[in-house]
Amino acid sequence: MSGAEGKPLVEAQGLKVHFDTDDGETVKAVDGLNFSVMEGETFGVIGESGSGKSTLGRAIVCLIRPDEGEILHDGCNPFTLSARDLRRHRREYQIIFQDPHSALNPRMSIIDSVLEPLEIIGGADGEERRRRALAALDRVGLGAEFAERYPHQLSGGQKQRVNIARALILQPKLLVCDESVAALDVSIQADILNLLADLQREFGLTYVFITHDLAVVSHVSDRIAVMYLGVFMEMGPAEEIARRPRHPYTEALLSAEPLPLPSAMRTKQRIILEGEIPSPIAPPSGCRFRTRCRFAQAICADERPAFREIESGRFAACHFAENLVLQGENRISGKAAGRASLEQNEGFRP
Amino acid sequence: MKRIAKSSIAVRRLAQVVPVMVLATLVVFGLMHIVPGDPAVVLAGDQATGERIEEIRQLYGFDQPFLIQYWNWLSDAMRGDLSQSLLSSESVSVLIAQNFPNTLLVVVYAMVISLVIGVPLGIAAAIRAGSAADAAVGALSSVGVAMPNFWLGMILVSFFALSLGWFPATGAGSITEDFPEAIWRGTLPAVALAAGGIAEISRQVRSALLEVLSSQFVRTLRAKGLSSRTILWKHGLKNISVTLLTVTGLLFNRLLGGTVVVEAIFAYPGMGNLIVRAAINKDFPVVQGVVLSMVVVVVLTNLIIDILCGLIDPRVSQK
Amino acid sequence: MSLSVPQVRGQQKSLPAFLSRFLKDPKALIATTYLLLLILLSVLAPWIAPYSPTDQNFAEALAEPSTAHLFGTDDLGRDVLSRLIYGAGYSLYASFLAVSIATLIGAPLGLLAGFLGSWVDTVISRIIDTLLSFPGIVLAIGVTGALGIGLTHGMVAVGLVFSPIMARLARAQTLVVKNELYVDAARSFGASTWRLLYRHILPNAVQPLIVQITLLLAMALLAEASLSFLGLGVQPPDPSWGGMLARAYIYMDLVPAQMYAPGIAILLTALAFNALGESLRVYLDPTMKGL
Repeated sequence: MSGAEGKPLVEAQGLKVHFDTDDGETVKAVDGLNFSVMEGETFGVIGESGSGKSTLGRAIVCLIRPDEGEILHDGCNPFTLSARDLRRHRREYQIIFQDPHSALNPRMSIIDSVLEPLEIIGGADGEERRRRALAALDRVGLGAEFAERYPHQLSGGQKQRVNIARALILQPKLLVCDESVAALDVSIQADILNLLADLQREFGLTYVFITHDLAVVSHVSDRIAVMYLGVFMEMGPAEEIARRPRHPYTEALLSAEPLPLPSAMRTKQRIILEGEIPSPIAPPSGCRFRTRCRFAQAICADERPAFREIESGRFAACHFAENLVLQGENRISGKAAGRASLEQNEGFRP
Repeated sequence: MKRIAKSSIAVRRLAQVVPVMVLATLVVFGLMHIVPGDPAVVLAGDQATGERIEEIRQLYGFDQPFLIQYWNWLSDAMRGDLSQSLLSSESVSVLIAQNFPNTLLVVVYAMVISLVIGVPLGIAAAIRAGSAADAAVGALSSVGVAMPNFWLGMILVSFFALSLGWFPATGAGSITEDFPEAIWRGTLPAVALAAGGIAEISRQVRSALLEVLSSQFVRTLRAKGLSSRTILWKHGLKNISVTLLTVTGLLFNRLLGGTVVVEAIFAYPGMGNLIVRAAINKDFPVVQGVVLSMVVVVVLTNLIIDILCGLIDPRVSQK
Repeated sequence: MSLSVPQVRGQQKSLPAFLSRFLKDPKALIATTYLLLLILLSVLAPWIAPYSPTDQNFAEALAEPSTAHLFGTDDLGRDVLSRLIYGAGYSLYASFLAVSIATLIGAPLGLLAGFLGSWVDTVISRIIDTLLSFPGIVLAIGVTGALGIGLTHGMVAVGLVFSPIMARLARAQTLVVKNELYVDAARSFGASTWRLLYRHILPNAVQPLIVQITLLLAMALLAEASLSFLGLGVQPPDPSWGGMLARAYIYMDLVPAQMYAPGIAILLTALAFNALGESLRVYLDPTMKGL
């Protein structure tokens, strides 16, 4: 998928999204994000469950209001628009959800679901809408025989294609894929990902690709952001992050990826993260990863590390980002690119 | 995870009750004002002169704004003054005080019957779920729910009062002076009411118990080797007690409504008779008094039941 | 024995398919047949009934069943069978009237409360709680007393009393459906509130409401019978099953048999509505635990 220099289509500034629970506590799902998504690129967001990545995805398409900070679409804050203008504006920023089944109204036929966005904007008449919906379905690989069927008659992969057709029918600029292939069989995942790649090329789309699957995200993305407990730990070009991570969390995520090699040839050391993921209601003070980080020092509890640019285009939130030597992947050879060990990071032995 | 103070459950429920009570009193008060036409004219009756109408208007304060009238009425009511009957000029409060206990007797009596018969039936049906006995109980409860309770009352009178003479067909006993007689006289009405109650309770008990018995929790216990009896008595019943309490509260409400009709059959001097006569004769103060006292009793009863539920199982109150 | 039938998501849209499956249930079949026959009977009453329901004939008062009068006559010499047949119409009309009012008032309020949340929900929920605190019949009698006695007033009162039941159910369903992903999807491509409610929420929330409607029809029937029995509903000389029972009761020692036919009619019809509702529940909403 091509990356491109250009204008930022989406900008997040100090973005915070909080939820109140019934017990009166606050879940800090997204707790301070600053980033931009450039036009034409594929921006990957990776995180475990509970990291807040889905909340981020919904905030980008205005399904959730930020509690603090803002999201800008092409320089404009959509929530400053009137309700009617907002409804018009949102068409350009669409989302594909994780569960392909629940995203379709079980009482509407496939074609009705796909052409509903056209009904909403008006303009074309019934015939034209049908034509465009059929064309959209065709573009995602579903023939006209699917038009009158109902969601329960389709497989998961087919339903996700319908969702994609529906999202694209309004010709959006940006598509958020929130775990869009996670619920599908592995073989189907590849098909859907290839479809998304083709569509991006054909329509010049920008993607925000949210997932927990490192293999997928590093394959499809131009840039990656690593998310943990509501904040970004690291961000940068996909290749580089995979090859040489600058944050212990990223390193741990990478090390957990299975390598298709017999154990004798594996040069990578598996890093086990200790402890449980903390609750987003009360994240650890200072650096929120410190409770599971093997390099944690006193300063990590006292001071929250800034999400700073350590090299051009590379960001990390770690006090020791420049100093740590972390092992990554050399995706071409499968060998460890740098043999890291605790010994090499002497100053940081716990 | 924070522990919930038991007192805070009670406080929260009390706080929820207040707006409901206020709204309820508004509804009751408003009854008089949905009367088509000028309430003063209606109250004065067909033969009234213009003077009488004006008199009534002054007396009831119809010339004042709605909220003032409401406030006056409410403050009187809270002091126990519910005005007088238009027909007999008796104090409404006195009338209610005379009739409510009779009604309550029958209602409580019916509830006891419902529980005493309904709960074991429900348990038996749950244990033998799927069997012919279960189906029979199910059929009977369907009939019980669909049966007009006053019709059942008529049939009971026909057999037990007129043919067999075991029970009286009409009247009530005095609770304070001759309690056994009061019970005897209240039996047929209570049984007539209880049919629906038995049906409802046995259904709810059965379905709640079935749910518990087939739950993961119980299956684990069974795997551990606990006997069915222990499982039933110790765990099954404890877990359905909340459901049972809730259903009892709802049943109380239903039975209070049911007595209104059943009392007519037995010429039973209770709230039912009071309100029906008043409704036919447009005796609004009595109508309002009856409705108000009934709703107060229902709200208080449900409040107590909710608090009890919350005490038994704190999870329930966290809604 | 399984408690929960796995919910068939996205049932066929076609009515014929649903009907053929539904009517395989013997209970549903019998109930539906009975109700359809009853409706037919009441519509065709003027042609089917042997006599007018109001024709009095003192000479033949309280007669035993005979070939002339299959169910005998009442205390005013009116043919009981004819009154039963005409009475069906009144009862059915009354039930449908009350439940229509309850649904037209309750369902939209419940939908709004569930969808809009916040203070709208709080206010509507409090009103629902309040109205449900009144013993149903008592409030209906109170309203009837204020409005004036008579069938229509009585059933309007009953409808008002039932509306919080519909409202509460509609609200609960809306709360569930509102959080479905397809609602979010529609919102994301700019659907207005109206469209969300009408196209997405209502069609998917309506099934338990249909079940509740049939169950309320049974309750409304019993309510009408009670009100007519007490003299607050159908006014004489119009025939009603409840009213017939009242008269039969007065003359019970003379002709005890008179009180059975109307009572059985009420019982059977209420049973039929309930059976229909229970069967519908299995097909439309197996997860509902019942109010």
